[in-house]
Amino acid sequence: MRILAIDSSGLVATVAVVEEENEISKTIAEYTINYKKTHSQTLLPMLDEIVKMTDMNLDTIDAIAVAGGPGSFTGLRIGSATAKGLGLALKKPLIHIPTVDGLAYNLCYTDRIICPIMDARRNQVYTGIYQMDGDKLQVLEAQMAVGIDELAKKLCTYGKPMIFLGDGVPVHKDRLEKELMTDQDIAFAPAHMNQQRAAAVGMLGIQYYKEGKTETAMEHEPDYLRVSQAEREREERLKAENTHE
Amino acid sequence: MDTEKKDILILAIESSCDETAAAVVKNGRQVLSNVISSQIDLHKLYGGVVPEIASRKHIEKINQVIEEALENAGVTLDDIDAIGVTYGPGLVGALLVGVAEAKAIAYAKKLPLVGVHHIEGHISANYIENLELEPPFLCLVVSGGHTHLVCVKDYGTYEILGRTRDDAAGEAFDKVARAIDLGYPGGPKIDKLSKEGNPDAIPFPRAHIEDSPYDFSFSGVKSAVLNYINGCKMKGMEYNRADIAASFQKAVTDVLVGNAMHAVKEYGLNKFAIAGGVASNSSLRAAMKQACEENGIEFYYPSPIFCTDNAAMIGVAAYYEYINGTRHGWDLNAVPNLKLGER
Repeated sequence: MRILAIDSSGLVATVAVVEEENEISKTIAEYTINYKKTHSQTLLPMLDEIVKMTDMNLDTIDAIAVAGGPGSFTGLRIGSATAKGLGLALKKPLIHIPTVDGLAYNLCYTDRIICPIMDARRNQVYTGIYQMDGDKLQVLEAQMAVGIDELAKKLCTYGKPMIFLGDGVPVHKDRLEKELMTDQDIAFAPAHMNQQRAAAVGMLGIQYYKEGKTETAMEHEPDYLRVSQAEREREERLKAENTHE
Repeated sequence: MDTEKKDILILAIESSCDETAAAVVKNGRQVLSNVISSQIDLHKLYGGVVPEIASRKHIEKINQVIEEALENAGVTLDDIDAIGVTYGPGLVGALLVGVAEAKAIAYAKKLPLVGVHHIEGHISANYIENLELEPPFLCLVVSGGHTHLVCVKDYGTYEILGRTRDDAAGEAFDKVARAIDLGYPGGPKIDKLSKEGNPDAIPFPRAHIEDSPYDFSFSGVKSAVLNYINGCKMKGMEYNRADIAASFQKAVTDVLVGNAMHAVKEYGLNKFAIAGGVASNSSLRAAMKQACEENGIEFYYPSPIFCTDNAAMIGVAAYYEYINGTRHGWDLNAVPNLKLGER
């Protein structure tokens, strides 16, 4: 089985091709870039480079795994539209990997509680709480958008060593150390493991594919975890009007 | 010897604003399918297009729209020769959905990718129903986001003679419609209400720009309408909404017709076309038709379905770009302020 994986939810753009044969899985190629160019300019050229370098026929992939959110709204849509276009043209199914799950899977085999943090602005982070059971990802708290203080409060209740990763770490590191350091054993993932990696998305994709968790290219859409600003403001306005009546 | 020319089929995608559209066009002139998924009802709730909502709707609809376009045309991707896509100008988040989708399809099917300028698409809409129309001609593009007077010198070769200095004509329609409580989108509603009003009831100003005879300005007439309404309200006077709509529409139309006819004569052209969403406006069409007849100029206009944002027009423009050799790379990006003629 061969999976093409794409993640453009955050600062990095990353593309990988992973395989599983006779219960042995491997990464055929992975291309990750954290540079000032937009995902729109990098994502497809990266895929093209992988295809050329590995003499791959795109028709040989079984499915396209894509980090389906949360993340930058525009970044998610670039990845999503790319996956949908490939899926439509190649007639292949898509696999929707929750972005934060994919990030957590970078730290496979750690005994620590895994907590990815993506900066979500408006004083919030996109995060989730996970634990590994061998190579199986256990979701203790599904991905969510919360304030950093609320996350710290949740984490305190686990009383276990933990490790953080993601582009939200630099923004919130001091705060987390202050809130948690005194009585918790906390660590931060090293630079080569702390950002989105499409190979991790692909490996989760293999598991999802075997569990039959696929969708059609037409069905796929990002899961933003947030409504748009205009919708939020409208809801607030309607709510305010209703309470005044 | 086999001299039979192969047909060229373009699959075109358009997502620059609040319409998700796909079409299949044969040899640049024959529309095999034209699918448009409009989001207008959603944006009505907000009184205008909300970029983030537009982008979200595009990603939800785009595959369905493309598959419908292929199905309606009775073709598959294997029959397609190139993919055309609008990459600017427009809302960047909205454009990016179409661009990323088009690139992925072209890449997977090993097809040439042709990026198209949205206005070039609107102008090219005139080729669909007027098979005899060929450059050179003059074209007035009027929509919610654009007011351009363009000399179409050849396929893909344009000279912009005039543009708006402030509001686009369609934007002024939307703002005036809001002021007289007609809602969004304003153009069709003002057009309808105007039929009940007197276009000479209120003398709204016609802006002429001193040093550039083909440029437009619509913020003055818009402000004059708002001032007129405020003045009536302050004096406790009733005002006639139909008269306001008709008089405003006449003021805008007079300027559009005046500048266009001036340019046609100055450039010695005998063909004139209109394009864009506002080109559906019945008063503008009638006034242009009359002016062209009086001046012995052939007048062209697309059906309303090709005036609104659609992908058929993008397919036509993409065809001429394609045969002229335009090809875009896999790093094609959305360019929200793309200039006409830039490639």
